[in-house]
Amino acid sequence: MSWNRKHLLDIESLSPAEIVTVLDTARAFKAVGERAIKKVPALRGKTVVNLFIEPSTRTRISFELAALRLTADVINFTAEASSLKKGESLKDTARNLEALNADIIIIRHSATGAPHFLSRFLRGSVINAGDGAHEHPTQALLDTFTIREHKGKVEGLNVTILGDILYSRVARSNIQALLKLGARVTLCGPSTLVPRVFEEMGCRVTYDVDAAIADADVINLLRIQHERQRKTMFPSIGEYTSLFGLSKARFARTRPDVLIMHPGPINRGVEINSEVADCDRSVVLEQVTNGLAVRMAVLFLVNGGKGPQEIAQ
Amino acid sequence: MSDATVLMTAQMMHRALARIAHEIAERNEESRQVILAGVPRGGVLLARRLAKLLEGIWHHPVPAGTLDVSMHRDDLDQQIAPMVHQTELPGDINGRTVVLVDDVLCSGRTARAALDAIHDFGRPRRIQFAVLIDRGHRELPIKPDFVGKNVPTSRHERVDVRFSEEHGEDAVRLKRTQPL
Repeated sequence: MSWNRKHLLDIESLSPAEIVTVLDTARAFKAVGERAIKKVPALRGKTVVNLFIEPSTRTRISFELAALRLTADVINFTAEASSLKKGESLKDTARNLEALNADIIIIRHSATGAPHFLSRFLRGSVINAGDGAHEHPTQALLDTFTIREHKGKVEGLNVTILGDILYSRVARSNIQALLKLGARVTLCGPSTLVPRVFEEMGCRVTYDVDAAIADADVINLLRIQHERQRKTMFPSIGEYTSLFGLSKARFARTRPDVLIMHPGPINRGVEINSEVADCDRSVVLEQVTNGLAVRMAVLFLVNGGKGPQEIAQ
Repeated sequence: MSDATVLMTAQMMHRALARIAHEIAERNEESRQVILAGVPRGGVLLARRLAKLLEGIWHHPVPAGTLDVSMHRDDLDQQIAPMVHQTELPGDINGRTVVLVDDVLCSGRTARAALDAIHDFGRPRRIQFAVLIDRGHRELPIKPDFVGKNVPTSRHERVDVRFSEEHGEDAVRLKRTQPL
């Protein structure tokens, strides 16, 4: 048991022991979701604010349900219908939310470091739900949780992340978490989206998709982030699919116990063949279930105060 | 270890558990309705041992499980988040007699959390409460049904229960956590 943090801002600053603490805690919360009564009073009386400046459906719903299952009150704040549209700064928005006695603020923002910025002046806890192309820590935690549940461990596994790495906060957080837990990480995709600079983090970078998936225990497919690309990074979707998409032919050459993962939303027929996405090696929907458990665990852990470590008898 | 007083030797622990098992048997004529629920971590090991002893008395299997109380604590924002365990109750608790088992009873707050946690899994016919050590200092109106040993303690002391399954020995010691 090792957790003494008020915020969850990124994976980069977490120790392997802290990551394992979240994963172990999430296991107990996953069991809560399988009961007839799927609710515990751990965050009773707490106010959680979903401050989503960048559009998101699945992550926001997952955080919202996680907070509700812990008996917190939840407010959703979206960019479309907010005072930010009227010219209010992020700092002022956050301070206004705090004036409503928010205890935990979950932020998604297109700017890297926005959660870190909030954590410097807010009294409550801040959870990063995705900041620009920087990090998406709860996604990496739910991905490693899913891998550990299926493979029993993360250490020593070959994990291939395939697709748009450059613009992907999911990739950055996953790389950090996987390397900290001792996995071997291979990155693959178009050279414009998978720069060699990632080798400095300790990853293998290859542009040969067959080499990347042949010995993989886990293949994590990433969506092409059209919305984040300022210019065209590859000639066409059709060419991407034929060169890097996980087709049935390519899937047939993977290990029989390979785990196929995708953070969603899936573009069927682009990065993954539709049948492969639904096959028994695909854990895409389990990732959604596990995301809820991991987010409950994170909310539970950051809610812990700064008092003595020892629990009273 | 020099400032630790032995409260119970292995033999005393075994005798106390045997007595508690007999008291549970005496109180529960419908033996097949009884299900034991241990509070992690010590209570889980005690519940298993009591189940074994009860099986010797009743001559049928006695279910024993784990009841996590950490999500129901009332002090979650006053200290670092506690370790959570997975609740594993063997079978339906509706209409049954649940014997809650913990190693040390002090403020009663853990027991209060346990009572709430049990009700997330159903509505038992009744709940009874067994503890190895009752050290006093109650902060809630909670009273155990079965007690291994009453030990008047100071708040600056800590009751350390050790189990052969985990620590290689059975013993209960009283430790001073602050100088007098």
